[in-house]
Amino acid sequence: MRKKIMYSFPDEVLEHVFSFIQSDKDRNAVSVVCKSWCEIERWCRRKVFIGNCYAVSPRMVIKRFPEVRSIELKGKPHFADFNLVPDGWGGYVLPWIVEMAGAYPWLEEIRLKRMVVTDESLELIAKSFKNFKVLVLFSCEGFSTDGLAAIAAGCKNLRELDLRESEVDDLSGHWLRHFPETCTSLLSLNISCLGSDEVSVSALERLVGRCPNLKSLRLNRGVTVDKIANILHRAPQLVDFGTGSYSAELRPDVLLNLAGAFSCCKELKSLSGFWDVVPAYLPALYSVCSRLTSLNLSYATIQNPEIIKLVSNCPNLQRLLVLDYIEDSGLEALASSCKDLQELRVFPSDPFGAEPHVSLTEQGLVAVSLGCPKLQSVLYFCRRMTNAALVTIAQNSPNFTRFRLCIIEPKTADYLTLEPLDVGFGAIVEHCKDLRRLSLSGLLTDRVFEYIGTYAKKLEMLSVAFAGDSDLGLHHVLSGCESLRKLEIRDCPFGDKALLANAAKLETMRSLWMSSCTVSFGACKLIGLKMPRLNVEVIDETEPPDSRPESCPVEKLYIYRSVSGPRFDMPPFVWTMDEERKVMH
Amino acid sequence: MANMLGTELCLGLPGGGGGNEVDSSPRTTGKRGFSDTVDLKLNLRAKETDMDLNKNLDNGSEEKPVSAKDPAKPPAKAQMVGWPPVRSYRKNFMANKSTGEESEKASSVAFVKVSMDGAPYLRKVDLKMYKSYQELSDALAKMFSSFTMSNYGSQGMIDFMNESKLMDLLNSSDYVPSYEDKDGDWMLVGDVPWQMFVDSCKRLRIMKGLEAIGLAPRAMEKCKSRA
Repeated sequence: MRKKIMYSFPDEVLEHVFSFIQSDKDRNAVSVVCKSWCEIERWCRRKVFIGNCYAVSPRMVIKRFPEVRSIELKGKPHFADFNLVPDGWGGYVLPWIVEMAGAYPWLEEIRLKRMVVTDESLELIAKSFKNFKVLVLFSCEGFSTDGLAAIAAGCKNLRELDLRESEVDDLSGHWLRHFPETCTSLLSLNISCLGSDEVSVSALERLVGRCPNLKSLRLNRGVTVDKIANILHRAPQLVDFGTGSYSAELRPDVLLNLAGAFSCCKELKSLSGFWDVVPAYLPALYSVCSRLTSLNLSYATIQNPEIIKLVSNCPNLQRLLVLDYIEDSGLEALASSCKDLQELRVFPSDPFGAEPHVSLTEQGLVAVSLGCPKLQSVLYFCRRMTNAALVTIAQNSPNFTRFRLCIIEPKTADYLTLEPLDVGFGAIVEHCKDLRRLSLSGLLTDRVFEYIGTYAKKLEMLSVAFAGDSDLGLHHVLSGCESLRKLEIRDCPFGDKALLANAAKLETMRSLWMSSCTVSFGACKLIGLKMPRLNVEVIDETEPPDSRPESCPVEKLYIYRSVSGPRFDMPPFVWTMDEERKVMH
Repeated sequence: MANMLGTELCLGLPGGGGGNEVDSSPRTTGKRGFSDTVDLKLNLRAKETDMDLNKNLDNGSEEKPVSAKDPAKPPAKAQMVGWPPVRSYRKNFMANKSTGEESEKASSVAFVKVSMDGAPYLRKVDLKMYKSYQELSDALAKMFSSFTMSNYGSQGMIDFMNESKLMDLLNSSDYVPSYEDKDGDWMLVGDVPWQMFVDSCKRLRIMKGLEAIGLAPRAMEKCKSRA
């Protein structure tokens, strides 16, 4: 009797219950409870996240989830950001758009990261999805302002157009005019990546003026500081604003107007942009500083005392991106003013200089870790480090979830003891039990990997460069890090042994990237042969890998799990195994 | 320590793995470029030209291994691809700063797009990675492997003063690199000294010699007016 009651919920009730379950993980868990739950769940799943566009085919996704409204796709491996993945490697979104155009006429949201998007794709999106609302192109490339014009003209209910960090071919500045006068639905517009001449400011002002719900606006470098006031006056409700070029000849009336405009924005919490900043215009911001939770000064070539003055006025700051001009002294000021700080990113102003020209050292990071108890996420470029500093940082900040340290010169030792930095990073992974992402640098032996394998149980993403002594290092990571999803390695003496011994681990991960290591072509072939659910891709731009002995190391290697087999859009310099166990491309 | 690996499940690479040696230049082991199809030999006429070229190649190509023993004074070294891990748009933005003191280092990178007629996708190169036309030519040849670069003159520059030589080159079906300069004009690569080229090149396009004929007269003009 009791059992029957459990199964007597009608599908609609279950569907209603499931509608409260938004996270992918939970949805996936729901779908494996039993067959009927799986069936109900798949019909009501509205949002799909695909971390690797080659892990599954569009048809498979559509077959399983026929009523999707929102899709997120990621393409190229992370190291593509640093030019390690040759152009033409892949990550094309068009095949997905083509399939979805037919299957998901009610698709509302597309979010893409590191994918190649063509004007054709954008035109197809504009044409196919009548209720399209959100387009986010994060670090994408391959499209021009023509494609953007199509989106502007065709998507009548567009809410969000976010082109963050994408590469757009400039053809015409007039694409903004393609937003019809009837378009009033914009909530978010991020065009910060566009080149200087690409935006018609008058069209922008009119667009901003007729979208009363616009909360986030990030301008590009072509919009000068004197234009900002007019724009802000039309959008005093903004929560997030990215200036364009914060530069112009200093004129008191412009400064006054600007200050007035900023002070009208009572909801403003986040600022970015600041290209070519002229320090004299910074005081215009002071009225909003007390409300700011996020500040991105990483394009602002201002120095101290201007930086210190600014951050000291932002007691509610949670997120700061800045150049190393902030120096240790600025970080100390940050530590004493911004007790709510959660995320800090310090970028190098002169990444290729041999000598430091700013006084930014390990001391700055130590100060912030001491002064900001809520600090969780760090990206820090510097030129020297010590184990002692890292141990102190680890002890001060057990709440780190993301820790990325880049000591600019590869294999830099502890500058006081001249020892490797194994112990320091070891302390990080030991104390920060919730660490999900870690990037290593400096002089490191296999020892650091032993620490990582032992302690970093929640680690999901690890980036390694110029580190380790032998395969043992790689083995520690692959055998110890239970939660590992993404591993990217460059210029390390890791070869076949560790990879072959842990081949099964690779199926539990999203992907592995190794470049300039010592993995042989033979080992790649073997893994491809034995593990049919892995795609093993060898990248070699100089010559086919099978024109050399099998024991020769491959230039670059990218292994990822996939349920749809090898892809068919590989360029000539990528080799993989096909079903007949032959090398092909 | 090595026992740990011995007890693990191993797929048994035939011939045993040799992965434990640190190969200081893994990328260049046993590499044989597409040198058969791409003829990059220069006409090495004068001895001094030889030495010049060798010096350029030495300085430009290999990553020098970094000494960790003296971290306080890092040696000057060639740039490595993708290190430090700073995104291109950040590097380019930094390069465009106009503050006086930084002007020496102001353009430490110069990424330009390279398209080749008939190729399905664009590439990007950082012109600052190379010290001469020859190095650039080598790099482009590797990228576009079916691409045949014509011989350059002895100093790596097309001999613009010799019209007949130039016309021969352009009449061939070899590929010829052209570039868009600061003025927006399309020029043949090699018409100006290397550094001037790096500073003024906005974009590269590799086209068939025959198509480049249209560029030649203007290129000759510009060159002659500079002479």
